[in-house]
Amino acid sequence: MHLKYESFIREPLVDGEKSYSDVTADICRPIEQKPTKLWYFGFFVALAFLGFGAFSVFWEVYWGLGTWGINHTMGWGWDITNFVWWVGIGHAGTLISAILLLFRQHWRTGVNRAAEAMTIFAVMCAGQFPIFHMGRVWDAMYVLPLPNTRGPLWPNFNSALLWDVFAISTYFTVSLLFWYSGLIPDFATIRDRAKTKLRKRLYGLASFGWTGTAKNWQRFESLSLVLAGLSTPLVLSVHTIVSFDFATSVIPGWHATIFPPYFVAGAIFSGFAMVNTLLILVRKLYRLEEYITMGHIEAMNKVIVLTGSIVGIAYLTELFMAWYSQVIYEQEAFKWRVMGPYWWSYWAMMTCNVVSPQFFWFKKLRRNIVFSFILSIVVNIGMWFERFVIIATTLYRDYIPSNWTYYSPTWPELGFYLGTFGLFFTCFFLFSKYFPVIAIAEIKFVLKTTGDKAHKDNLALEEKSLEEFIEIANHAH
Amino acid sequence: MAVKKFAIACYDDEAPLFDAVHKVRHSGYKLHDVYTPFPVHGLDTAMGLKETDLHIAGFIFGITGTSTALGFMSWIFTSDWPINYGGKPFFSLPAMIPITFELTVMFAAVGMVLTYCYLNQIMPGVKKHVFHPRQSDDLFVVVIEVTEGTDEAELMNFLNETKPVETDVQIAEEGWWYGRFDQEENYSKQFAS
Repeated sequence: MHLKYESFIREPLVDGEKSYSDVTADICRPIEQKPTKLWYFGFFVALAFLGFGAFSVFWEVYWGLGTWGINHTMGWGWDITNFVWWVGIGHAGTLISAILLLFRQHWRTGVNRAAEAMTIFAVMCAGQFPIFHMGRVWDAMYVLPLPNTRGPLWPNFNSALLWDVFAISTYFTVSLLFWYSGLIPDFATIRDRAKTKLRKRLYGLASFGWTGTAKNWQRFESLSLVLAGLSTPLVLSVHTIVSFDFATSVIPGWHATIFPPYFVAGAIFSGFAMVNTLLILVRKLYRLEEYITMGHIEAMNKVIVLTGSIVGIAYLTELFMAWYSQVIYEQEAFKWRVMGPYWWSYWAMMTCNVVSPQFFWFKKLRRNIVFSFILSIVVNIGMWFERFVIIATTLYRDYIPSNWTYYSPTWPELGFYLGTFGLFFTCFFLFSKYFPVIAIAEIKFVLKTTGDKAHKDNLALEEKSLEEFIEIANHAH
Repeated sequence: MAVKKFAIACYDDEAPLFDAVHKVRHSGYKLHDVYTPFPVHGLDTAMGLKETDLHIAGFIFGITGTSTALGFMSWIFTSDWPINYGGKPFFSLPAMIPITFELTVMFAAVGMVLTYCYLNQIMPGVKKHVFHPRQSDDLFVVVIEVTEGTDEAELMNFLNETKPVETDVQIAEEGWWYGRFDQEENYSKQFAS
């Protein structure tokens, strides 16, 4: 018997009485098999989207920002909407891998690898938008404090937009390191099983020569723990800083102290929805239902209903504060947000983000695959509208009525957005084929305490008297 | 780095592994290392390993990041190129906090991962001897060095008593080499000659 005793009321995290080698075989199977027709189809569709996106970006760079629908009043449009949307999605991965590690939530082991991959790809997509929004993209390096021949003239370190550069690049780097340091032992597993020469060479290169000595594992655990400790405030800081892009301005509708917590909750909300969308597909396509169980999906649905409600309260607080502030500009901004020409986007946001997650109060719906899948997509549509509402319905009517405008995107803006979907799914398809989509070593680590077999053993233990229980526990390791 | 002779014993569960490690430490045989497919808690103390100091390196890299960010920004704002932003003070500490925090995390994470790779001696292209292909799958492998003073037959008897699923004697490169796995054959040939 293992020292850790887990109540039989808790669901097992791994179904089907798996042994260690079953775990390895199940998770390595997609890597060692030829890809299915469905995989090729999805991959080439994603590549087509990526190609169209690349063409749209080329068009914008070649002809200039005039090809976009943005204008003097509406400077940010779809571009920054999509940026904030993708960054928000990126938050779930690090939340699952870092914060849930610190909270000792063992269910994270089933989903953390795919969620971290999603984070990295989402941040890659997000990064494109501010860069190409600069127009003269070849001058993009001037956002970095590089020595130059103009003084040197440095960037303005007081600007929230520059904080963003540091926040996003740090976030991407740290997430990548965290993800890869966890992948090294799993690559070694694939390398040691490899039957073909090419696979042995490639995974040999990727596994950095890992062999899994006791000292290496000790350092591995220390590294994961410290990286988790560093990533936890980092996750919160990144979306806080993204919200500063808005909140440190003096625009009615943006200049609010509620923005940082409200953005962080929204980011976790949309990120978990995206994780759910992807994992429901992955578990089905790769037959990993025993590792990504209904319990995992239910846990994520619980986070969705919590963060969705926080976001809902934030929307209502904004309205209340606009009224309570007695500032006419604030009141007008929110009146037009709710009832102006963009009323449909506000109400789409309200329906998708606040009303729809409330269904997850019901256990039956939380554990319904089809419903969870549909709702996860609805939530992401809602979160896109949230960013659109914040940007478009604040900027389109500024202080001077002669500047008032209405904004619609043009095809290169739409193509750019679709292109990032292409980039995201191209990366995700490659990841799901060539990388272990579940952390093999980490699953084995929790298998003895939270697996199906451990639960059945514990059930037998429940029958025993207290004296017998103590006797068994004393003889355990 | 040297080519040496090793005796290995493989176990399929944590319980016999801990018994074996315990017995090896008391027997006086030279325990080379233990290879496991995942972190086994308590194994490091059972083997008599010290707690790692990796997190201290992380802290040092972190404060390096903090001082780099604060020092660089204050130097620019107060002496290299002071700019008057709407009459605000040149040295505006609150506005420096976000970047200072990000650089602290960045330096700590990057520095720690590099230190981790250095300490573990891992890098793309580095290869180490794999004692058993299933040591990253489901076997726990105890490796004992066969030195000149070791009675090999006695050692194998001793290992067989610890209920392993498999035992073996191998000639292997102790450290790492750069290149490909098949290069190792040359090392063992050199050892034999």
